[in-house]
Amino acid sequence: MGVRRVMGIETELGITSTQLDPAGRPVTPMVLSGQVVRAYAAGAAPGAALPSGAGWDYADETPLRDARGFEMARALADRSQLTDVEDPTIATSVLSNGARFYVDHAHPEYSSPEVTGPLAAVRYDRAGEEVAWGAVRTLAEEELEVRLYKNNVDGKGASYGTHENYLVPRAVPFDRLARLLIPFLVARPVIAGAGRVGIGQASERPGFQLSQRADYLEAEVGLETTLRRPIVNTRDEPHATPHLHRRLHVIVGDATMADVTTYLALGSLSAVLRVVETHPELLEGMPLAHPVAAAQAISHDPSLQVTVPLADGREMTGLDLVEAHLEAAERAAASGHEPWTGPEDSETEGVLRRWRDVLDTLRRDPSQAAGQVEWVAKHQLLERFRDRAGAGWDDPRIAAMDIQWHDLDPGRGLARKLRAAGQLERLVTPEEVAAAVTEPPPDTRAWFRGEAVRRYGAAGGVRAASWDSVVLVDDRGGLRRVRMDEPTSGSRAAVAGLLDRHTSAASLLSELASEDV
Amino acid sequence: MSQQHFEGRDRESERGGEPGPDPTPPPTAPAAQSAERDAALDSLLDEIDGVLESNATEFVHGFVQKGGE
Repeated sequence: MGVRRVMGIETELGITSTQLDPAGRPVTPMVLSGQVVRAYAAGAAPGAALPSGAGWDYADETPLRDARGFEMARALADRSQLTDVEDPTIATSVLSNGARFYVDHAHPEYSSPEVTGPLAAVRYDRAGEEVAWGAVRTLAEEELEVRLYKNNVDGKGASYGTHENYLVPRAVPFDRLARLLIPFLVARPVIAGAGRVGIGQASERPGFQLSQRADYLEAEVGLETTLRRPIVNTRDEPHATPHLHRRLHVIVGDATMADVTTYLALGSLSAVLRVVETHPELLEGMPLAHPVAAAQAISHDPSLQVTVPLADGREMTGLDLVEAHLEAAERAAASGHEPWTGPEDSETEGVLRRWRDVLDTLRRDPSQAAGQVEWVAKHQLLERFRDRAGAGWDDPRIAAMDIQWHDLDPGRGLARKLRAAGQLERLVTPEEVAAAVTEPPPDTRAWFRGEAVRRYGAAGGVRAASWDSVVLVDDRGGLRRVRMDEPTSGSRAAVAGLLDRHTSAASLLSELASEDV
Repeated sequence: MSQQHFEGRDRESERGGEPGPDPTPPPTAPAAQSAERDAALDSLLDEIDGVLESNATEFVHGFVQKGGE
């Protein structure tokens, strides 16, 4: 185990277009996002996606259940929180790699399939970039112009999310989880930030900061994701056997395009979660006096020198905080405690070594980490431009480059160009990413979901899917839900034989009905 | 709607998947690395200079998103 656990990343994409409607008004981002989702299903290889009209199965969604043990009254909820109501105008599609590609409010969103480690999370996050870019290319063939940006802010006050999900044992008390995670989530942008031009929610002050999201944090713990954004989100929607698992929904992270940054973001947080589970005492003693203010202070200082006060009066830098968590993970890993060992633990050593390497480099000379840490890479490019052009941080060309960094068009996006030029280290090859666009991860229920889409599709009787079920049509036209409450059920090892024996969903259901699967 | 269950019964499947990589790269001499990097950054900046010059203000002004999540 170690850093291995079920995890995934959801990314809302920024979207722009010059399209006008018949009345000459700009086409709304909701309609544009619908075009993107429809276009992917239309333009992808046969079997790569259910058509965007096919339903998402909302039966198990509980967006208003709170991990602290109560449920918010629907009437008190902001409309944007009601994500479980099916709206026929909202496009959604299930992909053969097990992902969901859909319209969330005014953005296209790619929710990666469930994977079991940070390297696979990187691969399926990059696959999401290719899915989105594939949709843009299909639209271009239809002479519909759309641009997609993998970032989290527009610089004018709006923010949209990149959410990480981690499966955590229900037995870990939520208040302990929240309390022990806050200091790490506050400091993590030092190794995991994407960088941002402008300080303040609407870029009121010129400057550069580490994190896209720090200025949008307003609370320590809470249920909301769209207003009063908390450092720890309490949504209790496990998409898994509820008495065994929680899904920790982390909403403070940045969308990242540098492989090592994404890898360290998820690898380090999964390691810290494991410490919370096995050695919580190693993380005691780091509570911050003012977590929200600390997140902003750390983000606003690319020199990494600023200190923030702890509750006990000590002062630590962001690097100190990240290192203290790394040391806790190193000590826990060295303990030989069962969850840190065993054949499933093949990624932990690599994550801890890489984390140490990047941290030491940042301490010595942050600019030397430009191939690994995204905010450093962006900062370096912008500083070079500033030197050449004599431009200040308030120059519109700097703001334009910050946006352009995240363009998913490989011919325009600055991060994609640096990656192609070998200046952002790759952990996954383009070939591995291309395969992950259509092939599901083998070791979770995403395999059954994705393979059902690929092999049978809508014509072969796949009606809908959700994270924990697939709805199939039986031989009498009835709907039957195949449940997969355990995220590691439905894996290739468990169900490949079953799928190999059947050429339609109805046929597969007849076998399921005749024996206990 | 009737229901079927897959149980999480297969321990083998939990260990499948990732091969357990060692993604730490071979070290490169820092000086050579930064000269090469400067050249790459300059080449990228040369490429985008003209575009930025003509439309940066309009482009930034037009990049307006609705909040999400």
